[in-house]
Amino acid sequence: MTVAILNIDWQTLADGLALGAIYALMAVGIGLVFGVLRLVNFAYGQLVMAGAFALALASQWGWPVWAAIVLCFAVVLTLSIAMEHLVFRPLRGHSPAVMLVATFAVAFLMQSIALLWFGSLGKIATSLAYLNRPWTLAGVDIRKIAVVAVVVAVVCLVLLQVLLTRTEIGLHMRAASMDFSTSRMLGVRANRVISLAVLLSGALAAVVAVMLTVQSPLVTPDFALRDTIVVLAGVVVGGLNRPIPATLGGFTIGFATGVLGGALPTNQSQYLPALVFAAVILVLLVRPRGLFDFSKTVERV
Amino acid sequence: MRHLEELIGPVVLVAAAALLGTLVSISTQTYFTDTLVKVSIVVALYVFIGNSGVLSFGHISFVALGAWTAGVLSVPTSEKPAIMPNLAHFLVHRHTGNVTSLAIAAIVGGIAAFVVGIPLMRLSGLAAGIATFAVLEITHNILTYEERIGPGQNAFSSVPETTGLRQAGIAAVVCVVVAFAYARSRYGRLLRATREDDAAARAVGASVYRQRLIAFTVSGFLAGLAGGLYVHLLPVQVNSVYLDLTFITLAMLVVGGATSLFGAVVGALAVSALDSWLAVAENGTSVLGWHIDLPPGTAEIVVGILMAAVLILRPSGLTGGRELRLRGVPWRGSASRAQV
Repeated sequence: MTVAILNIDWQTLADGLALGAIYALMAVGIGLVFGVLRLVNFAYGQLVMAGAFALALASQWGWPVWAAIVLCFAVVLTLSIAMEHLVFRPLRGHSPAVMLVATFAVAFLMQSIALLWFGSLGKIATSLAYLNRPWTLAGVDIRKIAVVAVVVAVVCLVLLQVLLTRTEIGLHMRAASMDFSTSRMLGVRANRVISLAVLLSGALAAVVAVMLTVQSPLVTPDFALRDTIVVLAGVVVGGLNRPIPATLGGFTIGFATGVLGGALPTNQSQYLPALVFAAVILVLLVRPRGLFDFSKTVERV
Repeated sequence: MRHLEELIGPVVLVAAAALLGTLVSISTQTYFTDTLVKVSIVVALYVFIGNSGVLSFGHISFVALGAWTAGVLSVPTSEKPAIMPNLAHFLVHRHTGNVTSLAIAAIVGGIAAFVVGIPLMRLSGLAAGIATFAVLEITHNILTYEERIGPGQNAFSSVPETTGLRQAGIAAVVCVVVAFAYARSRYGRLLRATREDDAAARAVGASVYRQRLIAFTVSGFLAGLAGGLYVHLLPVQVNSVYLDLTFITLAMLVVGGATSLFGAVVGALAVSALDSWLAVAENGTSVLGWHIDLPPGTAEIVVGILMAAVLILRPSGLTGGRELRLRGVPWRGSASRAQV
């Protein structure tokens, strides 16, 4: 059963949706921190990589699935907090470019540490591998992880939306991303808001780590590096300043790469990254403020 | 010229590195030659990033293009079918000498930067960072799979290894002099004015777009030259002109101080020295009777920590982004407002 154009079957479409969902979560993780700190965290992928290694180690030690996931969350959250205290906090108030280069350095640092620790061949995370088997729904085979990824992403995004719009700390976070200094004057506690944003972003990285290791169980030091680059492009293309455009940007670029990668024959899909990034440049030129940013505010000089 | 003394520091450092390289064994000499090529790359980065204050992750594309150009032109015609079986017809029988291949590499780098810059120089800030990153990704993707213009994923073997200390040293000095001449020219001054205060520079009639495009082209030219040198130094492979090289050269620029030529040279030499020493120590070495044998990968970790630390503690770099002056009060112009 196929959709006529481009030879897209349902499995490809489901995989595209799943990748889009995972990238949307990464986009939210990057966007949350950017909102309060004006900092693009290039090292976000390395948080995911660390979580993935935690899962791989846990499955090597024969831990049960729930314990592996707990370990993954513990490792990623600890690293997020450490990153916030050691890097983000001293950098607060520097120009975005300096902060981007600094997180670039942190990314390479973490990658080198992983290389030194685990070697370049990587480890295999197997505890959740059964999710890779297909479910047969109405005569169509769809891998379980595709469904799980979409459901988990929707649940996470709904929970986050509830937190941001229905709680006091959520209100503070939204105020802080709109105008940090004014919100501080009105009584928003900077460190608390930033810590929460970093923690939420770390938790999302852990969720992403769990789902990415199901899709590609081989965990190497450059795990999630390519994904981060693509998501960053997606986030900037969508519009970094607002959470929903950023999420949409992440989803779109994930869905597009997932579907096109599955549908194109190999001799064309090898140039997919070039096509995607050419599209990124094009969008940046036409709509520098983001594809999905329809707000009327104009940036002041 | 009043500012000519600012040229002394960078040139003396490059010459000293080259001379020091003649005193050591042949195997150690490679590290010095590699360092001098890195100096050229970092100076190319400085021309654009330092003067404009706009971040570019894309310059290694021009290094890669330079390497591909010089490499394809320099592999002996008899060996081309073995290394590059799918090479486009018009390139199969082309062969040039060493210096010609370097010159063409530089020109290709400059043209590529100009063409890429025409649309991209309208962007600044994060959009510029991501867009230049996209350029790096596109170049890497195409060079990896397009076997009509190079070896694809194979290494550029059989390129004559002509980049020795002398050639790398001369090229580094050429890059320094070009960068200096540019920075002291009307164009360089206008571009720095836009870096310091965009609105004021516009108000006095400076075109931010045009000035950035000029700087981008000049730095693409130097990056292409450095790429040519690189392929004549060792068998370049597509992944050796990608993220790792982008990281290490940006680290050098930032550690030294992005807003001055002196900073670029100091950063390139200091980080290279540390990196090379650590690379040697990974294979086991002894210092003052102590035997040191570091596990492989230590160099990257130390450089990563160093770069993060410099950015956090001293965001304007080791030199504070200032040029070296021999007398008088140190010029403090850009230090207070250093952006990158």
